[in-house]
Amino acid sequence: MSTTDTTAVGQGNTTPSGTSLLEVDDLHVEFKTRDGIVRAVNGVSYSVDSGETLAVLGESGSGKSVTAQAVMGILDMPPARIPSGEIRYRGQNLLTMSNEARRKVRGAKIAMIFQDALSSLNPVLTVGYQLSEMFRVHRGMSRKEAKARAVDLMDRVRIPAAKERVNDYPHQFSGGMRQRIMIAMALALEPDLIIADEPTTALDVTVQAQVMDLLADLQKEFHMGLILITHDLGVVADVADKIAVMYAGRIVETAPVHELYKNPAHPYTKGLLQSIPRLDQKGQELYAIKGLPPNLLNIPEGCAFNPRCPMAQEVCRHELPPLHEVTDDSGRPIAGRGSACHFWKETLHG
Amino acid sequence: MAETGEQGATAVGNAQGEPILQIRGLKKHFPLTRGVVVKKQIGAVKAVDGVTFDLYRGETLGIVGESGCGKSTVAKLLMNLEQATAGEVFYKGEDITKLSGRALQAVRRNIQMVFQDPYTSLNPRMTVGDIIGEPYDIHPEVAPKGDRRKRVRELLDVVGLNPEYINRYPHQFSGGQRQRIGIARGLALRPEIIIADEPVSALDVSVQAQVVNLLAGLQREFDLSYIFIAHDLSVVRHISNRVGVMYLGRMVEIGSDEQIYEHPTHPYTQALLSAVPVPDPDGREGRERILLAGDVPSPANPPSGCRFRTRCWKAQDVCAEIEPVLEVPERYQSEPGEPAAHPSACLFPEERDIVGTAE
Repeated sequence: MSTTDTTAVGQGNTTPSGTSLLEVDDLHVEFKTRDGIVRAVNGVSYSVDSGETLAVLGESGSGKSVTAQAVMGILDMPPARIPSGEIRYRGQNLLTMSNEARRKVRGAKIAMIFQDALSSLNPVLTVGYQLSEMFRVHRGMSRKEAKARAVDLMDRVRIPAAKERVNDYPHQFSGGMRQRIMIAMALALEPDLIIADEPTTALDVTVQAQVMDLLADLQKEFHMGLILITHDLGVVADVADKIAVMYAGRIVETAPVHELYKNPAHPYTKGLLQSIPRLDQKGQELYAIKGLPPNLLNIPEGCAFNPRCPMAQEVCRHELPPLHEVTDDSGRPIAGRGSACHFWKETLHG
Repeated sequence: MAETGEQGATAVGNAQGEPILQIRGLKKHFPLTRGVVVKKQIGAVKAVDGVTFDLYRGETLGIVGESGCGKSTVAKLLMNLEQATAGEVFYKGEDITKLSGRALQAVRRNIQMVFQDPYTSLNPRMTVGDIIGEPYDIHPEVAPKGDRRKRVRELLDVVGLNPEYINRYPHQFSGGQRQRIGIARGLALRPEIIIADEPVSALDVSVQAQVVNLLAGLQREFDLSYIFIAHDLSVVRHISNRVGVMYLGRMVEIGSDEQIYEHPTHPYTQALLSAVPVPDPDGREGRERILLAGDVPSPANPPSGCRFRTRCWKAQDVCAEIEPVLEVPERYQSEPGEPAAHPSACLFPEERDIVGTAE
């Protein structure tokens, strides 16, 4: 990694016009394993602006979390390697930055919320200590000051009786409360961007609703960008502004939320939407996408989805479809829409 | 308690024929102890605290509820994997909680279980053939020794796996395939009842539908009765004839899928339904959502009276004093044909269409 770029990022909070808050550009990530090279991310590009929610939708092994970890700079390298691609935060490439400069971005400017709050918190330290550590290390506050800020934060994420609970340990909190503490920790340094990796998957539905509600309110209040990584089509429909659907390490479809649900342009997205049992329609046989997600050691040639695709033709088995611009009936491109399918037109209209 | 159960049974339109399983006042309390050498019981976690319902032949009864509501403990009690603290489970008129040894073994042949996690419920050192065929070691009367490989191959075929995979090991399969192996093992003894505890929760969305379809197909083919335990309300609705909602060790509402999903009368059911994210962004701003305050209380120390009252927006003083009974609410008793007339354990039941508002 280059060490030439030592300009402190984040001093200026102004984004050069025309650049997004965060841009991932043709990112590739691979892992060296005993069985060979696993290509987890194969040319992913997406962007998110302040105040915007991007949902990255995909199943296990689609590369959605690995992309996020690359953005955060928390991939274990090796075994991971980033052979090419750029990740730009306010126009600056994070991947060529010095470790020191990167550290000033991580946590302070881009923060992450993980799925499993119990294993992400240190069980032998009180939550108050862990929260105030952020202020002591990054802001150089005194213990007392930092503790007071920790209580503020716990109040802000609506933990009842924050003052009394600040000296409790993680195991003394319920799952929903622990996830709130994770959110508090992510918010501590007032980041511009939050990456939430399956933040509510481990929670019960009623608690999930509370936590998503909280996250959406805070995002609005602080005008943050939010990247929500999930496999849950319901959660996505509730909060996303735009969606990137991933399959086998690639983005197969991008679209604004309403358009994606109304009129998907990729057979994989279409299949996913059809296979959800809807509360308002008790069907006979559920639509099921045939087959299994591919092994990343051995991604099918051509379009990775072709062995499972009902529309697959000969061309799909040989030629990798690029992310086509999706156009409306009169041929004008629809803003933000793309589909990596040779037959996106047929999918859109069929 | 038994009286409540009868009401529950008669009030439900879908149920036909005689019940194959009758659960009456089932309780499971796990003791909380203090002290290392001299253990003293200082309380009990009331995981299941008086649950009554019936399972009819050929039907699917869905049980929904959040973590800690006792739904998985109920499953274990029905298999007699846990010893019930109180209550009865009648299988064909026989109380299986009192059985042991050979008699219990005979009953268990007819009640099989499919577990949530296909990664931990299959022994990694056994081949698929041994895993699926293992039940025959315990019940040799079902398949004579020479016949077993053939039976296992048939089972693999039935659950949609290649019979050639018989000598493979679990790690060579994906999550969805492993769940099929678990289902094949559950079917091996040709049971009448299958208790499926979160059978699709660990699977990817695209694979979930395959397994749900498989379970539905097997039910038709083998005339199985299912108890389908899950927290995913849309999957439960899809597969269930009747649905029971549990909260903190109690059944709070039970009825046909239509009664529960379209005409819920218990506030907890309503909150649960409204919290489910609807996979349709249209109208998300206008959607009515009941946000419950706080968390589920500890089952070691449940609230007095109605257990939901600490989170209920309708709770009044009387809710702390009277424990509501699971029965058809008085206000709906005069109209037995109404969908709202189904058992609901609330002092102030009120029909509210949650799903309809989302349409």
